[in-house]
Amino acid sequence: MSERIIAGTPVNVNEEGFMTDFKQWNQSIGTELAGEASLTLTPRHWQVIEYLQTEYRNESPLSIRKIGKSGVVDIKEFYQLFPNAPLKTAAKIAGIPKPASCI
Amino acid sequence: MKRLLILGAGTAGTMMANHLHHHLSADEWEIDIIDEETEHYYQPGFLFLPFDIYEPEDIVKPIRQFIPQGVNLIQESIDRIVPAEQYVLMEGGDRLRYDILIVATGAKIAPEEVPGMLGKEWKQSIFDFYTFEGALALRNKLREWEGGKLVVHITEMPIKCPVAPLEFAFLADSFFRNKHMRDRVDITFVTPLSGAFTKPKATAALEHLLDEKHIHIESDFAIEQVDADNKTIIDYGGRTVPFDLLVTVPTNKGDAVIERSGMGDDLNFVPTNKATLQSKEWPNIFVLGDATNIAASKAGSVAHFEAEILTENILRFMDNQPLKEEFDGHANCFVETGNGKALLIDFNYTHEPVEGTFPFPGVGPLRLLKESRINHMGKLAFRWIYWNMLLKGTHIPFVSATMQEAGKDFD
Repeated sequence: MSERIIAGTPVNVNEEGFMTDFKQWNQSIGTELAGEASLTLTPRHWQVIEYLQTEYRNESPLSIRKIGKSGVVDIKEFYQLFPNAPLKTAAKIAGIPKPASCI
Repeated sequence: MKRLLILGAGTAGTMMANHLHHHLSADEWEIDIIDEETEHYYQPGFLFLPFDIYEPEDIVKPIRQFIPQGVNLIQESIDRIVPAEQYVLMEGGDRLRYDILIVATGAKIAPEEVPGMLGKEWKQSIFDFYTFEGALALRNKLREWEGGKLVVHITEMPIKCPVAPLEFAFLADSFFRNKHMRDRVDITFVTPLSGAFTKPKATAALEHLLDEKHIHIESDFAIEQVDADNKTIIDYGGRTVPFDLLVTVPTNKGDAVIERSGMGDDLNFVPTNKATLQSKEWPNIFVLGDATNIAASKAGSVAHFEAEILTENILRFMDNQPLKEEFDGHANCFVETGNGKALLIDFNYTHEPVEGTFPFPGVGPLRLLKESRINHMGKLAFRWIYWNMLLKGTHIPFVSATMQEAGKDFD
């Protein structure tokens, strides 16, 4: 765990760069983290990010399948918005922990 | 007379029948266990069957053999559970009222969840090894397969025994080496996870082994469809992996009876308190083994540890005492790595697998997260332990239901 400055604010992040204190998150931080992933956030991105944050607040575990059934975005579009590893990338931008797949 | 009803006579249900039969007075409690099947499979054996290491008769025995005298085995199908009225509706129309219900209905593969998976190539060039029939068909295929691109694939998490697909890849490497055809086989491990496993230290150890065995890994691969005509799997991002032989672990779902009963989540797993194993919705329903939605491995060792804790909680529930919040997600798994070796991992909800010694701190004889022959002997010996001790609810000496922290190298 370490502290870094994102969008002018000191925040706590883990070794993989995920924020460890969601309360520190704000939209400017989200925008800057998106930039680090070479993404420019559109209103569609923000809708997905808000959905992820709501699920996180509700302590509801996230999975690709769940996103597909969310009614917010289908999996195909989710991949278009956040290419490669969309759940990981979107979670990082949203300031929530990396979704833990059950093992 | 009160009735305790167990749904499912697999690993978890059978262990509960044995534990509770031992503790409950036959004058006060009737114990019934329902399963539509007649045969009990040693599921860890499904990993060995394709490679001709085990024979079918090593891994299948009659269910009845493991149900204690005095417990009533009902071999019929269930239509649904009606929790609000405390009965189970049988397919034949009978209603079985219960005072306490234990749901141990397990998990099953659902290949129909991925478009193109079930089709003309199913059991031709696309196989599962999570069913007896699948593992046997794959054995027959591997006996005559002449090589090409072998893709070992996980569809989505959670799955039963999350290390089994990796073990399959490791064993395939040894199998083809022994057949002097490894140079004609290209092995790729495709996973929706970001690495070989979900926990960092074990991932590092396992990825090192993949590399050593020249097994390629494609991570973060969320499959959208199988293109059976072009023998390719395609993910949502458009990434493709070609195969000549696809060994896939399809989506795992809870039993359809859970869906018909309206008691499951979107994968038919039952929302369960992760520490007490009580249903989140119905106080007199308890859930264990693969049927739960808890974030523990879907594995026999987990069911075994759960059964010890759940037995105590059911006795407490009968006595109107508060339940113990004791289950810690403890799992203990041998991971076959090929060439007669295995490694062992021991972990729980909060502690990832690390190096160390097991079960005696500082002594072993088993080493955690390190390949060794003795670990492999442990895995093979486990089949005997399973049939002769585990199912009968006999406590396994020196192995506690909750994880022990001594002897482990935490940072």
